[in-house]
Amino acid sequence: MSKELILYQGAEAKICKSKYMGFDVVKKKRINKSYRIKEIDNRLIFYRTKEESKLMTEARKYGVSVPIIFDVDTENGIITMEYLNGKRIKDILNNVSEEERIRICRMIGENIAKFHNNDIIHGDITTSNMILQDNRIHFIDFGLGEKNCEIEAKGVDLHVLMEAIESTHSRYSDCFDYVLEGYKNKLKGDANSIIKKIQEIIKRGRYR
Amino acid sequence: MLCLGIEGTAHTVGIGVVKENNGKCSVLSNVLKIYRPKQGGIHPREAANHHTIYIADLIKESVKKADVNFSDIDLISFSKGPGLGPCLRTGATAARALSLTLNKPIIGVNHCVAHLEIGIGTLNNCTDPVLLYTSGANTQVIAFAEGRYRVFGETLDIGIGNCLDKFGRAVGLDFPCGPAIEQLALKGEKYLDLPYSIKGMDIAFSGLLTAAEQYYRNGKSLEDICYSIQETTFAALTEVTERAMAHTEKDQVLLGGGVAANKKLREMVQTMAKERNASFFVPSKDFCIDNGAMIAWLGVLMYNSGIRMKVEESFIDQRFRTDMVDVTWRE
Repeated sequence: MSKELILYQGAEAKICKSKYMGFDVVKKKRINKSYRIKEIDNRLIFYRTKEESKLMTEARKYGVSVPIIFDVDTENGIITMEYLNGKRIKDILNNVSEEERIRICRMIGENIAKFHNNDIIHGDITTSNMILQDNRIHFIDFGLGEKNCEIEAKGVDLHVLMEAIESTHSRYSDCFDYVLEGYKNKLKGDANSIIKKIQEIIKRGRYR
Repeated sequence: MLCLGIEGTAHTVGIGVVKENNGKCSVLSNVLKIYRPKQGGIHPREAANHHTIYIADLIKESVKKADVNFSDIDLISFSKGPGLGPCLRTGATAARALSLTLNKPIIGVNHCVAHLEIGIGTLNNCTDPVLLYTSGANTQVIAFAEGRYRVFGETLDIGIGNCLDKFGRAVGLDFPCGPAIEQLALKGEKYLDLPYSIKGMDIAFSGLLTAAEQYYRNGKSLEDICYSIQETTFAALTEVTERAMAHTEKDQVLLGGGVAANKKLREMVQTMAKERNASFFVPSKDFCIDNGAMIAWLGVLMYNSGIRMKVEESFIDQRFRTDMVDVTWRE
């Protein structure tokens, strides 16, 4: 194995840069957490590694940009995937022009529609989990995702993004409206009932 | 500045007197009474009646314990929300009466933000934490970002304390059930699979509650169920807190709310903090549970930052969300 450089230490995984058959790759290694008992730890690490790689492969099939997966090791919780050298949406969204921001948001919505059309739920759509490279939004971190055809699941998925935008890009609260615009454009089926569901989920929260 | 704070959002009616010393909070007195329903959950009117009976005596007691005179008090603060309407109104009414009688300014504060500020105010080196706020009604992960305390994650259905209480009631434990469940869990040995529900940084408990009740009906050992409930819910709480810390790039974590009294939860969050080289803070138990001192302290911070409120504006707000507060006292 070649030399590994830690790129990022997230809450649940370590992201290392490495080489795999001559390609630049990242290894996402889910870390064992000693605060939780091993029954829960093993279950989460195994299940999320498996689910993430499965969903990424499937999303790619439907035209969503995701890193190419080279190898999956569910036992040790490691996914080896293509290295992306683009920028996180989180880091650029507050600093681009109005026009570009709107364009990016619409593009985000269109891409979410693409995987929702195929009942793929991402589970953690935040601007930290999207990378802009070659003018395409790449989605990463499907670890909390699932396959689910229900309006509820798609509504919750979008609600997570709405909250992320409110907390991280609060100066530009209209971002989410543009996301929904793009989403409606590309969604096959009844986008309005999903958008209505988001309102219902908001009201379900405490003190709404 | 000397401030008297009145808390009355739910079960607890509490009065505290605090003094500000160079930006730090010293608590001169902090007294409270807790409404405990004979059976079932909280009844808002009954709780409010309970508060009405005790509030005047508590105010006198707190001033006496603080060893000050009523005339020394510079500010009256009360919890404006979120909470149960009748309870909030009782506290606000007492605050208005005091403010008018003593001819001192009044200020209404956000209960959830008060839980966070009392930690920062009373603990050394706790300056910019991610707060895991766990109580009966509330379960939120809060941190300061872009001028406000933002809610990064919260429960999508019931609060963790409520989840524990509901389970406790179903199996015949007394309110509050958290401490009893904590004791039972110590004797648990076998982990029973329970739903682990995280959506982004949000969390949900109702599915787990149903599953846990099902185990009980099917004759599984109560100790094992309690152990499994704690291990699962607290692991999920710790995980969303860690996610929020990674997301906001903060390296301090603070606990607050009644459930923060639970040793297991403390231990788990502390372990998580240690593994990511972050500092872990938890206020003394008196400031974790609902109390008047934290309301008084947030009143001081707001007043000193220039916020003023007339008696005519001293409304309560049952749905006063954490992220509605303009945090004028921080940069």
